[in-house]
Amino acid sequence: MPGTGNPQSVKGWFEERLGLASARELLAHKTVPVHSATMWYYFGGITLFLFVIQVLTGMLLLLYYRPSPTEAYESVQFIMTRVQFGWLVRSIHSWSANLMILAAFIHMFSVVFLHAYRRPRELTWLSGIALLGLALAFGFSGYLLPWNTISYFATKVGTDMAAAVPVVGQSLARFLRGGNDVGGATLTRFFGFHVAVLPGITTLMLLVHLAMVQKHGMSSPPWIRGSNRPQMKFFPNFFLRELMAWYAALGVLGSLAAIFPWELGEKADPFISAPAGIRPEWYFLAPFYTLKLIPSHVWKIEGELLGLFGFGLLALWWVALPFWASDRAGMARTKLVTGAGVALLAYLATFSALGYWR
Amino acid sequence: MPQERRTLIRWLLGGGFTASIASFIYPAVRFMNPPDIPEASVNEVSAGKVQDLKPNAGKIVRFGSRPALLVRVADDQWRAFSAVCTHLNCTVQYRDSTHQIWCACHNGTYDLNGHVVSGPPPAALEEYAVRVRGDEVVISRKA
Repeated sequence: MPGTGNPQSVKGWFEERLGLASARELLAHKTVPVHSATMWYYFGGITLFLFVIQVLTGMLLLLYYRPSPTEAYESVQFIMTRVQFGWLVRSIHSWSANLMILAAFIHMFSVVFLHAYRRPRELTWLSGIALLGLALAFGFSGYLLPWNTISYFATKVGTDMAAAVPVVGQSLARFLRGGNDVGGATLTRFFGFHVAVLPGITTLMLLVHLAMVQKHGMSSPPWIRGSNRPQMKFFPNFFLRELMAWYAALGVLGSLAAIFPWELGEKADPFISAPAGIRPEWYFLAPFYTLKLIPSHVWKIEGELLGLFGFGLLALWWVALPFWASDRAGMARTKLVTGAGVALLAYLATFSALGYWR
Repeated sequence: MPQERRTLIRWLLGGGFTASIASFIYPAVRFMNPPDIPEASVNEVSAGKVQDLKPNAGKIVRFGSRPALLVRVADDQWRAFSAVCTHLNCTVQYRDSTHQIWCACHNGTYDLNGHVVSGPPPAALEEYAVRVRGDEVVISRKA
């Protein structure tokens, strides 16, 4: 179909080939509900923005990083001490990873408390949870790459938890480690997961998630009723506000990265003891502390297996939230969901704090 | 009949497509599964000189590809264990203040026989035999 612009102009040339008018038409009709909780809508975009920062800084780090046990630590040290702005790029990569996971958690809990998972947005919820799982997998795989003591032991613990899964556990742990123990093969594998496998899957999942958001639009909380609900245009009103939120996120990120540069720690050595005070990244602190508390055996079941089973059930229950959030007659159980959200948030906050300080 | 031919073609195309997908996936899955690399079985290692370790102290030594913990309990009293915590695979250490073996990862403790004292470890540490040959300490797997 011929474009609407003048084919002699640059704009018209692109118009004729890309059909941008339909995209503009779509944007012109896209609106966002305005209410007291509108600010929570920005966190999905902030998560996406931080992911883009991850990709860009990750590409820069790839220019110097070498994924082998004899060179990984030294190459990160080289980036931090010899490469111009290397310390800043690595610090931004690490801080933005943490902030991205924080933003993803805030986004998830805002979806729960605003009840945005409701029909017909079940697939939006499921793809979002998959993205959160992928973000955690990015965190876990990227943590090992500097090949320092803390990351080495965190990977030993993490992959050994996988080994406790009944039936397939040993094969799963071997697949993750690339052998029987955490070593050079694990580092190479985690590097592959971190820079190729996970980005590929994440891009696909992100497209699904964004397509679902586009299809169903922004959800209004159930307590906002009536046909004459206030709305704002997505473009430019919401978009410019979102841009300001990204600037704020960039400000926080830049300040943290510059004032608290990410440390490298000691080089991993498989023949030293795990150091006192060892703990994982903050987003794994709650399961870490829970595992500390579970005794070796509960009745006849191994504590580790029980913990893993408990985490599995909890995850399954949470993933299935949109499906138990309404009764058989289709009536929403908003109070139950809010209560479950508060309980999960309280568990994560309390156990993370205890895991950090005890 | 045309309808039967169409069904047959559909089955052939569908089957061929499924088989080709399977022929891509199977080698990829096998490729991801790391090959077994047999390790040389180690039954005995030298853990250094007697004078390298003071009484009431411990150190990590290589036992093949795995870490072992050597503890000098008193002048002529030695103990050695696998240093791999039975809980989640961390490497344990000797604590001279409590005379116990401790895992920093999840706060598991073992006594000097390798038995679990407290915390989440589900089983005792594997114990090795220790012999002193001249001024050399030798650790070996128990028969």
